[in-house]
Amino acid sequence: MKFGVIVFPGSNCDHDAYHVISKHVGQPVDFIWHRDTDLSTYDAVIIPGGFSYGDYLRAGALASFSPVMASVKEFAAQGRLVLGICNGFQILCEAGLLPGALIRNRDLHFVCRHVHVRVETVDTPFTGELRKGEVLHLPVAHAEGNYVCDDETFAELEREGRVVFRYCDERGETNPESNPNGSRSAIAGICSRGRNVLGLMPHPERACEDLLGSSDGRDIFRSLAATLAARA
Amino acid sequence: MKAKVYVTLKSGVLDPQGKAIQHSVELLGYGGIADVRQGKYFEVALEETDEARARETAERMAKDVLSNPVIEDYRVEIEA
Repeated sequence: MKFGVIVFPGSNCDHDAYHVISKHVGQPVDFIWHRDTDLSTYDAVIIPGGFSYGDYLRAGALASFSPVMASVKEFAAQGRLVLGICNGFQILCEAGLLPGALIRNRDLHFVCRHVHVRVETVDTPFTGELRKGEVLHLPVAHAEGNYVCDDETFAELEREGRVVFRYCDERGETNPESNPNGSRSAIAGICSRGRNVLGLMPHPERACEDLLGSSDGRDIFRSLAATLAARA
Repeated sequence: MKAKVYVTLKSGVLDPQGKAIQHSVELLGYGGIADVRQGKYFEVALEETDEARARETAERMAKDVLSNPVIEDYRVEIEA
């Protein structure tokens, strides 16, 4: 199995994602420059966090128009796996690969701290090795993480079990205090209808070593690798 | 031709920046402020000389790039 990490001008978690795949998943991984368009040799691509194009216009907007994203759309349409983290989630929403949008945090602050998220479904290629209801301790670092969507989209996400992670407290309870950005229904991550595209605001790639305060993120990458191993 | 494009948040979408601006304005003593909504304004210089075609291009640009239709509305004005 081979992984690609897409690099835009302003990406800054690309090396973290690369490190996790090469060290913890133990699989080959390449950086993919945003002007490249050939994804044919990859089984999964990661759109990393950062501030692509300086967040000009809207967070993730300019990156969503880059040449590589046209290829990512085809890649996703083939059922291959796409993981967007933080700015990567914003880019996936702007590109129309995931519904809704991420707007300025409720309290306007850039939120940079560890939060708890609850696993809402294990029926995705990214969460198969987790338990439903399990609470993960992951860092967030964003100013535009406030997930919004219309009522129809929200109903569809709920009906199809596509809310993958929700912000919660350490006991797994959702409440206004544990929601760091005001996201609708405490949504921290969602998947596509085909379930092969996941976007989330927290950074699992920054939580794969105890030295960094948490290694809960590893199970997400372990799940991804297990899915690919089963497909091979 | 010049296209002026106004991008505004849809009415149901929370605008935390607008709320903060309203708060500051009220702190300065301005009374009777019911609401403040922040938006974006773009000026696009077009080489096109036909107004209808200029409008068509600007509308498409506003829909595809300058706004995010999930959260924003846009309005285009064309000037000679």
